[in-house]
Amino acid sequence: MVEFTPLSAAVGGALIGLASVLLMLLLGRVAGISGIFAGLLVSGGEERRWRGTFIAGLLAAPLAAAAAGYPMAMPQMPSSLVLVAAGGLLVGFGTRMAAGCTSGHGVCGMARLSPRSIVATLVFMATAIAVVAVTRHIL
Amino acid sequence: MFLLASFVCGFVFGLGLLISGMVQPAKVLAFLDIFGAWDPSLAIVMGVALIVTYFGYAIARGRGAPLLATRSQWPTTTDIDGRLILGSVLFGLGWGLVGLCPGPAIEALVSLSPAVIVFVAAMAVGMIGHGLWERRLAAPAQKALTADG
Repeated sequence: MVEFTPLSAAVGGALIGLASVLLMLLLGRVAGISGIFAGLLVSGGEERRWRGTFIAGLLAAPLAAAAAGYPMAMPQMPSSLVLVAAGGLLVGFGTRMAAGCTSGHGVCGMARLSPRSIVATLVFMATAIAVVAVTRHIL
Repeated sequence: MFLLASFVCGFVFGLGLLISGMVQPAKVLAFLDIFGAWDPSLAIVMGVALIVTYFGYAIARGRGAPLLATRSQWPTTTDIDGRLILGSVLFGLGWGLVGLCPGPAIEALVSLSPAVIVFVAAMAVGMIGHGLWERRLAAPAQKALTADG
């Protein structure tokens, strides 16, 4: 699993960028997934509808790929469900507190050269790198 | 048209996450593991996504209004405050523990992996919990305002 895959990385990255640009060009919205998902959960109104179809599209992608003969590999998750739940809680609470995640701050915000998003991205990247360093090389 | 366009954007985004390998937590953790057998692939994912978005946003800004809506909703917040930093630290902790961020986590639900379902459910609880916590913080301030007024 640990292998360098520059070509698929570049193609995938280009598609992520393309989707973010299209969402702005067509709908005038920023492609921040944590905001879109949270908006679906907590706020109502008109905005809910496009958020719902965006998430539906996100889910349809691996289904279409599987139908075309490229099924998604089973995600390798930690065996402890307590750890998984703690991780999910941290990601959910943290991305709302910071008002953005890898897509909203990491791609859309950094592409706008927003200092706020650059700081957020550096902080969550550095924290995640530190967590992996501790869990894999110290503990 | 508006909703179909949104679906297509979600679909293309999902394909990007899938092809790039970001839906596989092991791949993400290998990228974050700079002191181990480092896999730099996700740096390329982010780099290319950033370049495309940078130039695409320049086009969007030049055009003014979006094609299917009356105005572009560019983010307006610029504060670099404690919330931004602490929120990013909490997010980084969860991301580093499991290797899933919100987009790939939602997409990985399709695998029907029980652990992914637990992760997304906990993520939803965290988001809703944050909303409640914010409301609780805001409530006394509002009371004070009405008391003064």
